Amino acid sequence: MTRTAFERQLAEIQQEMLALASMVEVAIERGIQALRERDVDLAHQIIADDAKVNQKRYEIEDTCLEIIATQQPLASDLRTIVAVLYIIVDLERMGDHAEGIAKIALMLADEPPLKPYIDIPRMAEVAGRMLMSSLEAFKERDADLARRICDQDDEVDALYDQVYRELLTYMANDPRTIERATHLTWVAHNLERIADRVTNICERVVYLVEGRIEELNVSKY
Amino acid sequence: MVKSDQQLTAPPFPLPVLSPTINSVESAQADGDLAIALRSLSAWYGSFQALRDVTMAVLRQRITAIIGPSGCGKSTLIRCLNRMNDLIPGFRLTGQVLFDGQDIYSKRVDPVDVRRRIGMVFQKPNPFPKSIYENAAFGPRINGYVGNLDEIVERALLLAALWDEVKDKDKLHKSALTLSGGQQQRLCIARALAVEPEVILMDEPCSALDPVATLKIEDLMRELAQNYTIVIVTHNMQQAARVADSTAVLMMNEDRAGELIEYGPTREVFTNPKEKRTEDYITGRFG
Repeated sequence: MTRTAFERQLAEIQQEMLALASMVEVAIERGIQALRERDVDLAHQIIADDAKVNQKRYEIEDTCLEIIATQQPLASDLRTIVAVLYIIVDLERMGDHAEGIAKIALMLADEPPLKPYIDIPRMAEVAGRMLMSSLEAFKERDADLARRICDQDDEVDALYDQVYRELLTYMANDPRTIERATHLTWVAHNLERIADRVTNICERVVYLVEGRIEELNVSKY
Repeated sequence: MVKSDQQLTAPPFPLPVLSPTINSVESAQADGDLAIALRSLSAWYGSFQALRDVTMAVLRQRITAIIGPSGCGKSTLIRCLNRMNDLIPGFRLTGQVLFDGQDIYSKRVDPVDVRRRIGMVFQKPNPFPKSIYENAAFGPRINGYVGNLDEIVERALLLAALWDEVKDKDKLHKSALTLSGGQQQRLCIARALAVEPEVILMDEPCSALDPVATLKIEDLMRELAQNYTIVIVTHNMQQAARVADSTAVLMMNEDRAGELIEYGPTREVFTNPKEKRTEDYITGRFG
């Protein structure tokens, strides 16, 4: 016996979730680009695109609810839907963090750059990589990969520490940098939160595969 | 009380873990939590083997659901629990059905006594073509009860959540066949309860009922589980998921004999089954 319509709906929510993740990854990458290149148009574009991220999240949520109401999913099907429902919330919030970075890029666009950006783009790169790997773990139903990804959160935390200390030094040495440095700590904070939400996705992957909730990495922050 | 030559002795039964305190047959038995234990139960209709080597424990005052695809032996299994198959020509059985530690198939056991203590409700409501009152009074009457039948009838109908709908004198003495399907099924439950059984077996009790009547029976089952042990066979997996504390999954093996492939707390079976075959069945990919 097959359940063609049900299978199609299940595949659809997973495809859409992956599409949502791609939108968020692009937003993170562009946020850093807008910051680095002081690109006001790009920053505005990211802010406008966040509405699409939110909309997609609600569309996926709607489809999940419809499947629950009409198909009575059970076992791994049910776990898939529950995992998707949680993951899309994390993705949407990551999109908000990317939007936050874009807003800071706008604030800093008219100011002289405080310093060359090295660790912040590095944080964004690690967080983005973690995000895509977590979705790979989801697609492949690979709980071990999900667990390994969470170890990378420590790297992001360490970079965050480094950025924070460096910016404090700037502020202590020259109070005129306080505003810009504070804005940059917000950028770093947004990236730290993004990586932290990736660990939530990884926890959902473990739940999806093994049927139990396991706290994978308690972030320093 | 019937005497049995078979006593339950530390068997390796798979037992659903429903609470941290129920984790072995021995402790369940010691705590009085074990109602029925099946040990290596196999059953045949002539040369056809319907069940193979079913070993499981039914917990007291819990609802145990038996699910599985058509022809997997669910009904045979539940009917083994109160010797309802005895009357079928060519039926035979090996293994044991231990009730309170006694094998109900022991030669010293009277099947009538077994069926009094382990009552049954069937798929299609089957009230006798008598009044509502006489249906509820039937069991006690044929068992030679000489006390106040009115009290027994009222209690049974109350327990079956039918009393309020039939308590008027006129209604009570009307034919049971004037009741709706759902009411008739509750009357059948009342009839089973009137002889004060310890266990109630329900073989697809809602399959002939509409959704509202079905939910009423399910509510009633939850009520009754406070004092009775209930075993239900159902085709409706959602029903098992809604009402049962533990769920047993039967499936045919390659010889078409039913085997127990998974048994555990209902929540586990429906969210994270251990067996691939259970997963395929409950998600509708098989069966």
